[in-house]
Amino acid sequence: MTADINRSIDAIWKIESARVISGLTRIVRDVGVAEDLAQDALVAALEEWPRSGLPENPGAWLMAASRRRAIDVLRRKKLQKRKHEEIGRAIEALQGVPPEDPGADGGVGDDILRLVFMACHPALAPEARVALTLRLVGGLTTGEIARAFLVPEPTIAQRLVRAKRTLTEERVPFEVPRGGELARRLSSVLEVVYLVFNEGYSATAGDDWLRPALCEEALRLGRILAELAPDEPEVHGLVALMEIQASRSAARTAPSGEPILLFDQDRSRWDYLLIRRGLAALQRTEELGGARGPYALQAAIAACHARARVAEETDWPRIVGLYETLTRVSPSPVVELNRAVAVSMASGPAEGLKRVDALVSERSLKSYHLLPSVRGDLLFKLGRLDEARAEFERAAKMTQNQRERDLLLKRAGECRVSN
Amino acid sequence: MRFMMLMIPKGYEKAKPGTSPDAKAVAAMMKYNESLQKAGILLALDGLHPPSMGARVSFPGGKAKVTDGPFPEAKEVLGGYWMIQVKSKEEAIEWARRCPGSENETIEIRQVQEMADFPPDVQKEAKGFAEMQSKSAKSRK
Repeated sequence: MTADINRSIDAIWKIESARVISGLTRIVRDVGVAEDLAQDALVAALEEWPRSGLPENPGAWLMAASRRRAIDVLRRKKLQKRKHEEIGRAIEALQGVPPEDPGADGGVGDDILRLVFMACHPALAPEARVALTLRLVGGLTTGEIARAFLVPEPTIAQRLVRAKRTLTEERVPFEVPRGGELARRLSSVLEVVYLVFNEGYSATAGDDWLRPALCEEALRLGRILAELAPDEPEVHGLVALMEIQASRSAARTAPSGEPILLFDQDRSRWDYLLIRRGLAALQRTEELGGARGPYALQAAIAACHARARVAEETDWPRIVGLYETLTRVSPSPVVELNRAVAVSMASGPAEGLKRVDALVSERSLKSYHLLPSVRGDLLFKLGRLDEARAEFERAAKMTQNQRERDLLLKRAGECRVSN
Repeated sequence: MRFMMLMIPKGYEKAKPGTSPDAKAVAAMMKYNESLQKAGILLALDGLHPPSMGARVSFPGGKAKVTDGPFPEAKEVLGGYWMIQVKSKEEAIEWARRCPGSENETIEIRQVQEMADFPPDVQKEAKGFAEMQSKSAKSRK
């Protein structure tokens, strides 16, 4: 029974924590203090609920409990640097405002959006933003974040402490940025969400090709953002991209754990509910005039694949066109490499290889295993097997992912057999 | 994990054709639906017309037999569903608890089967299932 109720409390915490922490941050103006107060309320719930049963409205209970703690803390003037009147105002605010009605009004949502912008502030390093967002907005424990990113728990704990300290020291305001600032800050938020997604989608290290929990969390964060900032085309663009990529999860790995590339995937195993949602989000982006945003373009490319019932039906010329636009909007050697792949599919491996060869001297791709991997594939298709094998072997040495290494070595072996 | 929250409104088994819920109840339910959407967990939802507008096909002795609704023997019928994506059954239960349900309503929570839940032989036979979901989804639009 206790175990059951603890699992329920855990579930409630995951649902409520962002709301509680953001509501408290609005009042105490310090996200670290707010989080501590919310944690205290959780501890109180863990003590009380197993005895009394779950309250009728657990969200309101947690909020009320943490407000009481906040008043205590403020009264004892634990916030040393604060001025007298400021504390007085905060206490008044805490006593005056009735507990929020969970599930109601935009006010709560606005607080969560402020919290997201705070956690994703550019004053923090990307990995700190990621950890803080998962912790404060996603409601993940330090241990869960550590396991997901394959780093020791104390590392994450320290990262979180430093991040919160930085936010306090830099006096990062609890607000949604406006005007020109909004675009820059929003792109930082979207970057964090997509980093989380990619960490789950293509684990950069370790044995697991997929860490689906991170993908799901990123998708959830993206969907929340789409509700909170419905007029921002790139938010929908990112959601579209993640929905469509996630739709392939079940088809991306063989039962043995080996990765299956897009063209070889059994498309009947794609998740068409997610594809439908992704295409709808993409349409939303286009309606908002955001078709040329970097996420929207990547989503549009993913959509080309999603719409093709079999790999042979893929509209490669359209994909090449989308990549052309993407290289102008957000140029990067990785995008160039992807464009080269698309060109090879639209116009043949020789054309593709020309473009890949132009990238070989690119310094930023020096340790990027997909460059020799792609080059190997094109050489293989052109029948230049010895060169292909050398490239596959080079790529295998470069990748951090065990499953991917196995696949590359297998392909290198095939060059020998065909020889 | 995906769960269906199946809404079972007592009395709906006897509802007249064209019965629709009253505006006040819909308003409350919409607020709830919004809270699911704002939490980023709502994947799909639908409401169903009463069984008096439907039919049942049963197979006595392996032969199809059609009975038009309403179905006097039915004690419980579906009124609609939500499909949600959450981390645990407990979380699904927690969301269901928040529904502004009335005295006569029950929500049943059922986990959606995924291909990976099946043994290999069943997986093999069910190949193409997801694709069918897509086609039905497209034709629904």
